[in-house]
Amino acid sequence: MYGNDFAPPEDAPGGGLLGEVEAAEAALREAAARARRGGAAPDEDVEAYFADVINADQKIEPRDWMPEAYRRTLIRQIAQHAHSEIIGMQPEGNWISRAPSLKRKAILLAKVQDEAGHGLYLYAAAETLGISRDELVELLLDGRQKYSSIFNYPTLTWADVGAIGWLVDGAAIVNQVPLCRCSYGPYARAMIRVCKEESFHQRQGYEILHTLAHGTPAQKAMAQDSVDRWWYPSLAMFGPPDGDSTHSAQSMAWKIKRFSNDELRQRFVDMCVGQAEVLGLTLPDPDLRWNDERQAYDYTQPDYAELMRVIKGDGPCNRERMAHRRKAHADGAWVREAAAAYAAKRAERKEPVAA
Amino acid sequence: MSRFDFTLAVGDDALIAAQRLGEWTSRAPEMEEDIALANIALDQLGAARLLLTYAGELEGAGRDEDDLAYLRDDREFRNCLLVELPNGDFGVTMAKLFFLAAYQVPLYSALAGCADERLAAVGAKARKESAYHLDHAALWVKRLGDGTEESHRRMQDAVDQVWPYVHELFAPDPAAPVDPSTLRADFDATVSAVLDEATLTRPETGWAPGGGRDGLHTEHLSYLLAEMQVLHRAHPGASW
Ligand SMILES: [Fe+2]
Ligand SMILES: [Fe+2]
Repeated sequence: MYGNDFAPPEDAPGGGLLGEVEAAEAALREAAARARRGGAAPDEDVEAYFADVINADQKIEPRDWMPEAYRRTLIRQIAQHAHSEIIGMQPEGNWISRAPSLKRKAILLAKVQDEAGHGLYLYAAAETLGISRDELVELLLDGRQKYSSIFNYPTLTWADVGAIGWLVDGAAIVNQVPLCRCSYGPYARAMIRVCKEESFHQRQGYEILHTLAHGTPAQKAMAQDSVDRWWYPSLAMFGPPDGDSTHSAQSMAWKIKRFSNDELRQRFVDMCVGQAEVLGLTLPDPDLRWNDERQAYDYTQPDYAELMRVIKGDGPCNRERMAHRRKAHADGAWVREAAAAYAAKRAERKEPVAA
Repeated sequence: MSRFDFTLAVGDDALIAAQRLGEWTSRAPEMEEDIALANIALDQLGAARLLLTYAGELEGAGRDEDDLAYLRDDREFRNCLLVELPNGDFGVTMAKLFFLAAYQVPLYSALAGCADERLAAVGAKARKESAYHLDHAALWVKRLGDGTEESHRRMQDAVDQVWPYVHELFAPDPAAPVDPSTLRADFDATVSAVLDEATLTRPETGWAPGGGRDGLHTEHLSYLLAEMQVLHRAHPGASW
């Protein structure tokens, strides 16, 4: 009864990327079926075994030995991804109460609920690396771990819900599709599931903008304004330019990361240009043009100084997002304590009485 | 109550309940509960859409679900007062949901067997959803009632605060497709069993506020509608 109860517009996005997710899923099954030939046995030389698995494009599983730095890198990355899903519920959740039709309200509620689900699978994937969800949540609440900076921008109009779906979920998919082939099995599998749902979100966001852009002049202006505000922050989601990125080289060698920030950003720009044309909206970049030599669009880089300011905590909504999360956590403490106390009482009652 | 008024009343209960539950998104005590509350809100919203659409058809004036949800004022809403009360803390929200579901389960079950095919179809679908809402809320009422000292105190306060609003749900109406007064025994049996297990009591008060079915609401509804309707009303005639 909710979600996708509309005909997809022509040229709706998501098709090509969804195909890549499916290919990654097939590769995962093949890798599992393909025995690793020769090389070290897992209990003989653990380091050689780890290197062999990575080289053979097989998956490292929780029971396998792994370098401490590999484990730490994955925990940090998966946890920050999980935190982003949870904090990301706020900017869109901001419009649930005011969604302009009951159908849109249902789709948006379901979407924000999906994001909570993504947070849960990602925390579960991180837990396979030997850290608990409670510990990770503490790291978020203390500010020792970050979440995606994009969620520190405000949703000022209904069109922002569309722009987030189209651009932010779109950028997330471009980032995450390669992670479906990540060398750590639980993360790769979580990403396949997440990417499939994100591609619905992107399509729904695009559809919101399409409806607005073909609606009244006020609706079209609302759509254009939101694209104007979300375009550069979305480009910044891919992180600093390659020269300045600190973690990339090692992550590439471990096959946690497979493309550089700039490669992914370019892929995103190339994908969006045609979609913006179909929407009838303008991407706010006067220097955006096709480069025949590179077979890609030239475009203006986002303001990386702004990105650094937002990462450091001085974006428009950093303080509110964290205060909201901390308040929900603190307000729920008595409820969680009660659930634990009730479960303990039940367990006690069930215990056989010693004679 | 005519079939139109009855359908509108049941649909408005579901719509306003969904609106209140949606306010919990990103604020629940744990992540699993955020997902559960969104599920229940989606079920209520789904039932509301079917009922409001049908109410519009019964009326025959060309109003669809959005016209009814977004373009009526509070005096034209027919929901019970229980659903429009503010969420309060998690205990108050669970008390509201528990009493609502304990009423909706027998209501939808009775509707599933009524002569009107459309209402029967909504009843058949919604009663399964309501049974889950009832289980979920009852479990929390028990956990909070029989949890810690603080949770017991809060849950008892919540029951005391919300209980008077249940009486309105069962005002007799022999002309309605289902006479609400026939649902009371079932409701009382469910409530007694759960409150007993939760070590909670019902307050001794004869106060029984009402008026929702006649469009006489609490002060809260107008604020809820102001927020829910603001964008839709700002763009008359637009499609979304
Ligand atoms: Fe997500
Ligand atoms: Fe998403």
